[in-house]
Amino acid sequence: MKKTVYLTRKAEFSASHYYHNPELSQEENQRLFGKCNNLNGHGHNYTLEVTVQGEVDPTTGFVLDLKRLKEVLNREVLDVFDHRHLNKEVPEFAKQIPTTENIAIAIWRRLEPKLEGAKMHRVRVYETPDLFVDFYGEA
Amino acid sequence: MKAHLTRRYLFSASHRLHSDALSEEENRETYGKCNNPYGHGHNYALEVTVSGQVDANGMVCNLVDLDTFVTDHVLERFDHLNLNQIPEFASDVPTTENLCIRIYDILNRGFHPAHLEKVRLEETMMNSFEYAGSDARE
Repeated sequence: MKKTVYLTRKAEFSASHYYHNPELSQEENQRLFGKCNNLNGHGHNYTLEVTVQGEVDPTTGFVLDLKRLKEVLNREVLDVFDHRHLNKEVPEFAKQIPTTENIAIAIWRRLEPKLEGAKMHRVRVYETPDLFVDFYGEA
Repeated sequence: MKAHLTRRYLFSASHRLHSDALSEEENRETYGKCNNPYGHGHNYALEVTVSGQVDANGMVCNLVDLDTFVTDHVLERFDHLNLNQIPEFASDVPTTENLCIRIYDILNRGFHPAHLEKVRLEETMMNSFEYAGSDARE
C-alpha cells in the first residue's frame, strides 16, 4: 500500500514591486490596481511554503532530504527574490505583473524541474499574514 | 452538514536519525547534524483533523473525547521521551515522516467518534509533515 506523506518547508523573503499593465491607460491602471500602482513601488515580507509529496524511503525515513530542499529553495528562489525589486530584477516579471498569483506560479516553475525524488504538491505564498495564494501546478 | 475540526497539541521529544542499513559515513552524509550520537530534541506541534456531520449539540465530536484519546495514546506515549528507545522505532528511523504515520495509525485504529481526515506534525516552525492514510488503490 502506498503511503504518501506531504512535507512542507517554509521560507521568508522581502521584496518590492508595483502593479502596472502597460497595455492599459494610466487611469485604468490606477482604477484596477489602486495604491499598488504607485510606480515608486512598495514592499512586503513574503512567506513561502513549499509542499512536496512522496513515499517515505524505507532506509532513510525521509520523503526528501530537507537539506537538499532548502538548498534548492535558497538557490532557485531566495537568492533571486530576497531584497530585490521584482519588476526590475527578476526576469519573469519583466513583462508580467508580479502579483502574488504570478509569484506563486513563477516559484513553482523554478522549483518543479529541480526537485529530484519527490513531487511538487503545492506552492503557497503569503503576501501578508491575511492574504495568500495556493498554486498546485494546474493549467 | 459536514464540518472539519482541527485540534492542536504540543509535545517534546528527542531523537537521533541513524539507519543501521547505512555505513557511519553514509549516515553522517544523509542526516548531517541529526546523526549526532547523543541525539537532539524538538517541540513538536501536532494537528489532528477530524470530520463528520454536525450533531444536535452543534459538534463534529466532543473535544473532550478527542483530547482524552490524544493525551492517553499519543502524548503519554511520546512526550518527553527519546523516540529511538520506543519499540515502534526499534527498526525504523524516527524521522518526522515516520512519526506522523505512526500517530495517524494510532488515531485511525483507536479513535472512532469522528472520521480521521489527517495528521499534521510540525517539527520546527519552518517544516511540517502531513499524512492522510495509505492509498488503498495502490
